Amino acid sequence: MNLPKIPLGSWIEALEKWLDQNFEPLFDFITLIIRGIVDGLETVLRYPPSLIIIIVFTALAWLIGRWGLAAFTAIGLLLIENLGYWDQTMQTLALVLTAAIISILIGVPLGILCARSNRMQRIITPLLDFMQTMPAFVYLLPSITFFSLGVVPGVISSIIFAIPPTIRLTNLGIRQVPAELVEAADAFGSTPSQKLFKLQLPIAMPTIMAGINQTIMLSLSMVVIASMVGAQGVGATVYRAVTQVKTGIGFEAGIAIVILAIILDRFTQRAMRNGKAAEGR
Amino acid sequence: MSIIEAKQLTKIFGSEPKKALSLLQQGWTKDKILAETKMTVGVNQASFTIEEGQIFVIMGLSGSGKSTLVRLLNRLIEPSSGQLLFKGQDIMNMSVEQLRQFRRKNVGMVFQKFALFPHRTVLRNVEYGLEVQGMEKSKRKEMAMQALELVGLKGWENSLPDQLSGGMQQRVGLARGLANNPDVLLMDEAFSALDPLIRKDMQDELLELQSKMKKTIVFITHDLDEALRIGDQIALMKDGSIVQIGTPEEILMQPANKYVERFVEDVDLSKVLTAAHVMEKAETITIDKGPRVALQFMRERGVSSLYVVDKSMQLLGLVSAEDASNAIKEGQKLEELIQQDVPEIAPDTVLNELFELMGNSRLPVAVVDSNRRLKGVVIKGAVLAALAGNSLADGGGNHESS
Repeated sequence: MNLPKIPLGSWIEALEKWLDQNFEPLFDFITLIIRGIVDGLETVLRYPPSLIIIIVFTALAWLIGRWGLAAFTAIGLLLIENLGYWDQTMQTLALVLTAAIISILIGVPLGILCARSNRMQRIITPLLDFMQTMPAFVYLLPSITFFSLGVVPGVISSIIFAIPPTIRLTNLGIRQVPAELVEAADAFGSTPSQKLFKLQLPIAMPTIMAGINQTIMLSLSMVVIASMVGAQGVGATVYRAVTQVKTGIGFEAGIAIVILAIILDRFTQRAMRNGKAAEGR
Repeated sequence: MSIIEAKQLTKIFGSEPKKALSLLQQGWTKDKILAETKMTVGVNQASFTIEEGQIFVIMGLSGSGKSTLVRLLNRLIEPSSGQLLFKGQDIMNMSVEQLRQFRRKNVGMVFQKFALFPHRTVLRNVEYGLEVQGMEKSKRKEMAMQALELVGLKGWENSLPDQLSGGMQQRVGLARGLANNPDVLLMDEAFSALDPLIRKDMQDELLELQSKMKKTIVFITHDLDEALRIGDQIALMKDGSIVQIGTPEEILMQPANKYVERFVEDVDLSKVLTAAHVMEKAETITIDKGPRVALQFMRERGVSSLYVVDKSMQLLGLVSAEDASNAIKEGQKLEELIQQDVPEIAPDTVLNELFELMGNSRLPVAVVDSNRRLKGVVIKGAVLAALAGNSLADGGGNHESS
């Protein structure tokens, strides 16, 4: 094989440069919005004394779950506070929630579009495959070019990595609504949006919530990687511990992430179940 | 008055409906078109008229196109060609918005697998059609409650569909179809998923509801007994075409072709045919005649007894040849001879209910209408002939003369 190498790499770099030069205002705008959300959440989570936040979370846990979840939330968060990772953990939570909120805001409508149009589904599906299988480190680099260092490229990479389940499961959930129900809705003269909001979304809701749950978990799994581009938080602590070979600190910070993960997971799963039970009333 | 009128209504599933249509018009069969063009003829040039207040049954085996045909009527499936009128208004030319209004106001639908919305309570299911019209909450609740009461589900409005039995679920389906008080109710195999006993109850209930509401109902079924039981008109379908349209009696007694004949050959005729089908002309004598005349009549007509009637054909009783000849010897009048314990039945009694009566009586059974006017007589031979499937060919043709 004596063919010349296809200069794919330089094409991509040229594209990156072109995008950076021509879309700078757009990227600045995105940066502004994401930083605004993260800062807002961080302020809310970090400004009050940690004990108040712990009480609020425990109360929430008790409201949507039972004593078990409330007890775990209280003990878990107190342990994080005790180990001295409170501020980092709240920074991480702000990052994860931002990524999750934006993923839901973009992902659910995209999923609905995919469910309505086979062509849209054919276009989106390979893109999602690409986003999920391309190693996350690779798209950290252009993120830095477009959004510079800090929390914003971290959030962007988390969204790219974490949004596919929300899109896929929204699409799946709506497509799985039995055809005879859709037909019945049509037979009674529903408009497309009446059909969507009165039938398809409520029936697809458990599936969509499973997708959102996955999205939150995946964005949490990105926090260490996000810290490599300058996102603060408990992920950064883990990353530092790894580079400095500090096993103890690494595990302490790791446990903080695990506790956060379990709380987020149970919260969304509980909300999912409660939502299902409350339907139709 | 006709409410729905279809002319040459056709549905082709496939890539080039126009091509298949012209092949159909050239007389190609459904199978040949499928083999040559990979296109399926769902409904083949169906023409029919549905009268207001009628239960119009479309009946056929699975794959005969009956479910497709009913969906053409509210354009859940778009017709490929033909004409479709609702009260003279062209359904096929309706815009999206007109069609939506037509579905909201004029046609209700009930589905085979109920198709209830599992996340909504019974009440909110029944409200659905009213809700999408944008009806105010209290008004639609009131109308939905009326519909639920009509189908006997009052008290269940806050249950979820999966808490109800199949029969009750379909009542919800029926209430949902009726809630917006449509002109036409489409029922797609509405009772097919139910147990036989419940199915029969539902049929009875539908007939009872129908006697109050006088809706136009298009009822799809693959069950001939069901079709015969509830249909005013039956359209029998095969391979997408309508093979015969007629009243249940016409379908049974005058099958249009071999297919219909084979279809109806297993029907339990005793549950379908009525006294009116098998009765023969009664030999009568008016009460003012004497026994001598009666005996003379019997001799002329070759019978052993006569029905005695008054001038307005009201049945008074029966006189036998034996009694008449005794009466001549003893100088009695005709009215003294009348046997009054003649078995009587109404013209719409099914043969099934006739057997016991006939078994217990040595006299023929008189058929009288609600004014006790004598319409005819049922003799054992005619019943047996009818059950053997050849009644109308000979004796029984006079039932329509009344």
